[in-house]
Amino acid sequence: MSAMRIPYLATAALSGALFGAGLYVSQMVDPLKVLRFLDFTAIPGGDWDPSLAFVIGPAILVMFIAVRIGSSRPAPLFDSGFHEPEYRKVDVRLIGGAALFGIGWGMSGICPGPAISLVAFQPEGIWLFLAAMFAGSLAGSLVMPTGRSRLADVAP
Amino acid sequence: MESFTPVTAALGGSLIGLACAVLWLGNGRIAGISGIFGQLLPPAQSVLWRVVFLVALVGATALTAFAFPQLGAGGTEPVQLVAPPAGWSIPMPVWLIVAGLLTGLGTRIGNGCTSGHGVCGLARLSLRSLVAVAVFFSVAILTVTITGIV
Repeated sequence: MSAMRIPYLATAALSGALFGAGLYVSQMVDPLKVLRFLDFTAIPGGDWDPSLAFVIGPAILVMFIAVRIGSSRPAPLFDSGFHEPEYRKVDVRLIGGAALFGIGWGMSGICPGPAISLVAFQPEGIWLFLAAMFAGSLAGSLVMPTGRSRLADVAP
Repeated sequence: MESFTPVTAALGGSLIGLACAVLWLGNGRIAGISGIFGQLLPPAQSVLWRVVFLVALVGATALTAFAFPQLGAGGTEPVQLVAPPAGWSIPMPVWLIVAGLLTGLGTRIGNGCTSGHGVCGLARLSLRSLVAVAVFFSVAILTVTITGIV
């Protein structure tokens, strides 16, 4: 990869920048707006905010097209292959992990992307949340019985 | 429904999709933020691109907020984290620590979050991601309903 280092890092920077811009433009950086989507009790009263669905829909569509384009190529532009997750099994860890994350997300309205982009605005408590999220992630890597070798290759 | 913003939502969503597309077609990597964030420390290989990605993400958030303040929270009005539900009498720092721990632990054990499973995984037609998305959305909706945090 060393020969392609600059384009590789530039691609990572461009991707991160597009992601950050998208989180702000869509207002998904605002935890309250996310919680207003997750609050289905507001649907009968007409106060529900469906915006999040209008964010993730187009995002999936654009990425879907990119995946189609990628599948007709042997490799991405700046690496020797696509790092496709190889683990395909729906297991208890996937479901349990997603459920724990769901509780955290519902408590805060903050998923990992917005957690990072919120650093731009320095709201009170964001560093505490990030530190806890990092500690939780580390704890998870220790808990995983099959070890981190599987994780390092598979984590999306 | 006054807070419903479909146009900026779709525009921002397209940018997020484009971010995932660029990382996939350029570097063959999945733009899953929990994975990128969680593998910042050794022994993960190639930490540098992950740092570059995250710094660019924060920088671009600040830049777009500066350029288009009228688009929303963070521009014209400050963004705040949401306080714990009144009546639970739990101090905010404790609430945030528990939420952060669960988010970090859950996304690590479940191998992904809203971006890795929700955007990239569904776009790749991954069954694992479909199951994960169904679970974390359902549980999050249930959590909001039970806590009454909004």
